[in-house]
Amino acid sequence: MKLEGKAAIVGYHEYPHIRKYTGKRKFTLGQWADLTRLSLDDAGLEARDINGIVCTEIRETVSFTPATIVEYLGQPVNFAERVDLGGASPVGMVWRAAAAIELGLADVVVCALPGQPIPSNPNPGPVDPRRFFQSSSVNWGSPQAEFEIPYGNLAQNCGYAMIAQRYAAEYGYDPTAMAKLVVDQRRSGALNPNAVFYEKPVTVEDVLASKLVADPLRMLEIVMPVAGGAAVIVASEEIANRCKHRPVWIKGFGEHLTMKTPTFAEDLCRSPVGPASSKAFEMAGVTRSEIDACEIYDCYTITVLLTLEDAGFCEKGEGMEFIRSHDLSCFGDFPVNSHGGQLGMGQGGGAGGMTQVIEGARQIMGRAEKRQLKRCDHVYVSGTGGIMSEQAALILRGD
Amino acid sequence: MDLTKPYPIATPETAPFWEGLRNEQVLLQRCDDCGTWIFYPRSNCPNCLSTRLNWHQVSGEGTLYTFTVTRQATAPHFVDEVPQLIAMIDLNEGVRLTSTLVAQETDDLKVGAKVTPVFDHVSADVTLLRYRLA
Repeated sequence: MKLEGKAAIVGYHEYPHIRKYTGKRKFTLGQWADLTRLSLDDAGLEARDINGIVCTEIRETVSFTPATIVEYLGQPVNFAERVDLGGASPVGMVWRAAAAIELGLADVVVCALPGQPIPSNPNPGPVDPRRFFQSSSVNWGSPQAEFEIPYGNLAQNCGYAMIAQRYAAEYGYDPTAMAKLVVDQRRSGALNPNAVFYEKPVTVEDVLASKLVADPLRMLEIVMPVAGGAAVIVASEEIANRCKHRPVWIKGFGEHLTMKTPTFAEDLCRSPVGPASSKAFEMAGVTRSEIDACEIYDCYTITVLLTLEDAGFCEKGEGMEFIRSHDLSCFGDFPVNSHGGQLGMGQGGGAGGMTQVIEGARQIMGRAEKRQLKRCDHVYVSGTGGIMSEQAALILRGD
Repeated sequence: MDLTKPYPIATPETAPFWEGLRNEQVLLQRCDDCGTWIFYPRSNCPNCLSTRLNWHQVSGEGTLYTFTVTRQATAPHFVDEVPQLIAMIDLNEGVRLTSTLVAQETDDLKVGAKVTPVFDHVSADVTLLRYRLA
């Protein structure tokens, strides 16, 4: 069972990534509608063309999410899905949209991820201190509530730091190489008007001088939370061929999950993106050497390092040398996160990973302006949720 | 805001583990059908899904799989513990668990070091399983 590769990304919209959002506030539902309108416009489609949606959580309800969105949009659909894969959700949403289209369930599917603040609640109620536990569930009976949170092993920084520390013990660690990864990405990000670090490149010295957060991770190796949000339109072959842009065919995908908390990973240095990427390449019939750009989920530098190795772009343990010996910027011989990545753009909450999908589409469509690669026909995209908990990969192609 | 420590609340499945720690014993489940050692406690074996699980006392000793030294608290509830020495410990039976290290000098901490349990009676009802270098 595989995709025929006959569904394509035909349009997208990405809100500018802003540290302190001061514009008009909309509810998540309003942002969903707005992102839908703007990405349909981009594709050259209209509201009535929609017949599928893929969403994640929204702020206005805890359940019945797709029906709530469909009602708000006023557009009936034949396919509705809510994806719950953390930072891997954007990649997971896009392949589910492609699969639904190939099965004939729908021919225009919106995948949207709002990421701007909503209006202030006039009756907010008391602050729940459990919100500080973030993605670690404190519900009674939750394994995290009992065996992780009491020891302070929660949120993201300490988990990724422990992965990096284990990697250092097994394969060695070069802080300068990790800093260079940030420098190369920020060089591309400095040319991206949607990025929070637009026109703000950094040096290796800047990264190494930034504050240590959790050994060995430093502040500039960690994404900055920003307001963002993005949507893509996935459409059938027939529709893609009459849209405005070069279709971005979804040729292969893979997804792999093994645990929620990294304590229960069999090997912290071999991430689930390995099996997910192998499946994606196999399905697409594309080799690693055919890839023109890698858009790799980059919540932390260590995430990119492990993805380069586990997805097969270099051998295990050789990632640091790979980073040292290639120019990873959009001008380089091996472009990684040609939009700056989330390290360069900022992370608009759950929408962060959609920047990777959109940059892949943007490069294939030839719309990346100052960052446009000379040739871009094949793109590898990865998504990472939690702490290397759930990971997914896509292979995109322009004919 | 209530920032009392988020101590564990035992469930019917996990109560023997916490009861063991109160008595300064480490108890682990083992599957009677396939022999797999299990952590955290649960109703079904994560290798074969069998429900024939029994409790066994073990030494609690192990090795340091990885750790970090936090320079800012992972949540406001842990501000008094910074720098937190958060760790993953491989028990000799082959299971891994989250803990914190009790150490004076972080320079001495090395991945692969032998570690031994410290029973930290944090309240009348709760004992946490922390570790120190053996």
